[in-house]
Amino acid sequence: MPVNYTFDFKAVIDSWDYLLQGAWLTVQLSIGAMILGLIVAILCALGKTSGPKPIRWIINAYIEVVRNTPFLVQIFLIFFGLPTMGVRLSPDLAALIAMVVNVGAYATEIIRAGIESIQKGQIEAGLALGLKPLQVFRYIVIKPALRTVYPALTSQFILLMLSSSVVSAISADELTSVANNIQSQTFRSFEIYIVVTGIYLALAMMFSALFAGIYKLAFAYDTDRR
Amino acid sequence: MIRAFSYNEFLFLLSAVQWTLALSAIAFVGGATVGLFIALARTSDIKAVRLAATGYIQLFQGTPLLMQLFLVFFGATVMGLDLNPWAAAALGLTLNASAFLGEIWRGCIQAVPRGQWEAASALGLRYPGLMRYVILPQAVKVAVPPTVGFLVQLIKSTSLAAIIGFTELTRAGQIVNNATFQPFLVFGIVAVLYFLMCWPLSLLSARLERRYALATR
Repeated sequence: MPVNYTFDFKAVIDSWDYLLQGAWLTVQLSIGAMILGLIVAILCALGKTSGPKPIRWIINAYIEVVRNTPFLVQIFLIFFGLPTMGVRLSPDLAALIAMVVNVGAYATEIIRAGIESIQKGQIEAGLALGLKPLQVFRYIVIKPALRTVYPALTSQFILLMLSSSVVSAISADELTSVANNIQSQTFRSFEIYIVVTGIYLALAMMFSALFAGIYKLAFAYDTDRR
Repeated sequence: MIRAFSYNEFLFLLSAVQWTLALSAIAFVGGATVGLFIALARTSDIKAVRLAATGYIQLFQGTPLLMQLFLVFFGATVMGLDLNPWAAAALGLTLNASAFLGEIWRGCIQAVPRGQWEAASALGLRYPGLMRYVILPQAVKVAVPPTVGFLVQLIKSTSLAAIIGFTELTRAGQIVNNATFQPFLVFGIVAVLYFLMCWPLSLLSARLERRYALATR
């Protein structure tokens, strides 16, 4: 079979501002889901390590259900399922909720591991020094815990950004949806998806650089015991 | 015309499970075969080979799986091949799985203590024998729990084949939902079916991991 296909990137170049809009929504959705997902995960990790039994049981069920079903099915349940209970959602909002629910479960397990790595003596020492429980939590538990699991947590966040392409299935206007729209108008599928794949790769590297920067700002302190 | 959700619809969903399992099995076997070579290349002594394998892994881990499936699906047309969604999904998932398994197994190969390599080459084993008889048998033990864990990820990933039009479990759910308009029920059942496939594997992976951790303590 002869390869006589001529590449034509004109369709892609003509709609670069539309692609940029899509990429921007992908970034917004991702950052929003990372922040909200982190809050969900910290609360769930706390509940799982020190909550009463029923709470622990509910959190475990949440984690297992999310981790053992596909993201796409979770999106469908939220976007098509919730309206039947009278909750109307825009595709963008449904996408954000699905992403938070999804990343929250994975991040809970990661942060729980971090919290469990904090030695009891550290907490007791903090309380003995007269710190309030909230201060102990903030300075002695959660910050060192996040520092310990930082690499695992941030790679989970990058996976979240990449998997956000799946929300195109409910036509939220993010990067992949935009690509699908351009594709259906111009039929230059291969060119468009190559460029969009490149944009995702660039976004992944950008987030990775951003996370390295945040680490330097927030966590790069000396922990050597002397 | 809205149909009621009946036993027939349930059977349709249930029979779609076989396509999800078939796709997972093909992607796993294909991905494992290619992934072994990726893992070997990633731990090679030759720098160019190592770099190529690293690039391959980063490319697949740094881009969305959905884009990879689209590129295989539409790329085949560009090459003058006519791939149906089934073949495109199988090929795309195989390539993706090979990158992930390659990276998982790289870690397992590198977990074999350096002294084993030195002892094997001191005994006069060359690379194929050294790998075959000394390194890989030890690496396999470490590799089982994370590989089972990856299987869960792979089964879930096959749901994306629905987007390029292959009728596996998720696509079957969409079809039934379009006819019955009972999204909670339909996708709820779909989710339960995935859960029944994935959860035992997750438990097994965690159990193997604990057993391995005990054995090496």
